[in-house]
Amino acid sequence: MLATDALLAEIPRLRRYARALAGDAMRADDLVQDTLERALAKGRLWRPGNLRAWLLTLMHNVFVNQIRAQRLVDYRSPDDLPEAPMRAQQLDGLELRDLDLALQALPGEQREVLLLVGLEDLSYGEAARVLGIPVGTVMSRLSRGRDRLRQLLAGQTASVAHLKVVK
Amino acid sequence: MERRPICEDDLHAWADGRLDAARRAEVDAWLAEDPARAARLAGWRDDARLLHAAYDPVADQAIPARLRAVVENRRRGGAWRAAAVLGWLTLGALVGSVGGYQAGRETPVAAGLPELARQAALAHAVYSPEVRHPVEVGADQEQHLVAWLSKRLGAPVRVPNLAANGFALLGGRLLPASEGPAAQFMYEDDGGRRLTLYLSARAADSPTSAFRYAQADGIGVFYWVDERFAYALSGQVGRATLLPIATDVYHQLVP
Repeated sequence: MLATDALLAEIPRLRRYARALAGDAMRADDLVQDTLERALAKGRLWRPGNLRAWLLTLMHNVFVNQIRAQRLVDYRSPDDLPEAPMRAQQLDGLELRDLDLALQALPGEQREVLLLVGLEDLSYGEAARVLGIPVGTVMSRLSRGRDRLRQLLAGQTASVAHLKVVK
Repeated sequence: MERRPICEDDLHAWADGRLDAARRAEVDAWLAEDPARAARLAGWRDDARLLHAAYDPVADQAIPARLRAVVENRRRGGAWRAAAVLGWLTLGALVGSVGGYQAGRETPVAAGLPELARQAALAHAVYSPEVRHPVEVGADQEQHLVAWLSKRLGAPVRVPNLAANGFALLGGRLLPASEGPAAQFMYEDDGGRRLTLYLSARAADSPTSAFRYAQADGIGVFYWVDERFAYALSGQVGRATLLPIATDVYHQLVP
């Protein structure tokens, strides 16, 4: 049986990962909510072990389905409240939004690997198990994802610098 | 001693700080041979730090109520239902008052759309937890159900088939709505999760509308209006779960 407290304790880190993966706070919490619902629905299958890895696996499945569904229709409601205004968070000259956009520009499969390893500090083997792919695939996606992210972020700072010069 | 060949895995382990000191020294030496290599790896490492700086604060935020509710509600169905009903009633009062206030300046129809979602969610919160009497007429009498509700709503009603989504029809009921009769169809999956499809006849003066989404107190609602009916699909599931089902319902009901 899944313990409520154990599940609650995982939510903050799931939200962090989902936030980076989904690109905005509302989509991220939708992702977490669907993951938790799935975990509860499958709770009887749960055997004590690595709860986080199991939840991340469920989230991966939800994420993959979501990408599929999003292709069908843009379901953003005009009534949706804008994201709670975060203070403009400065990150080495970049804003959080720039990083969000750069991550969203990566293919989902590269983004997942990059975040599981780079943000969630999973070992390469753990990331492979969560995603259900060989370790070699994790490494190659990681290389492509990291190089691409670097290019994207370098491009953004370059364009910012360019604008400043033109002004 | 000759250095073991450096492979891509070593580079990631270097950027992630997962190499032992000896191997790290070897990679450092390899990087020192070529500024381009060093720049590439420094970029990887900086970006990993950037990810933490950007997203770690999310893990320090308080857990949103709706996520806490998902985990805790499985024990307290009754309390959840009361809270959901109260929540949607309160929201309705707010929407109603705002709508009334704006009626002079905006079309009253715009204020009526959230009303649809509200009524559907309210009906969902009231009836979907029912164990013994979830519906008035069961799916075993589907023909009768459809004929009866079509007659009461004044136009032919169709019942979408959600088997492909894992949901089976339980049946339906007639409901009072602010502008006359409404109908509710209820579906259930193997895990006992329930969805309800609410429909009411479209008022003659209200326009059709595309997909909209609203959510409160753990109930998500997709709603839209076509030539004949206003529809709302409600469920105590996340938007991503509900969306493909709502899309399916929408396509099945396109006139």
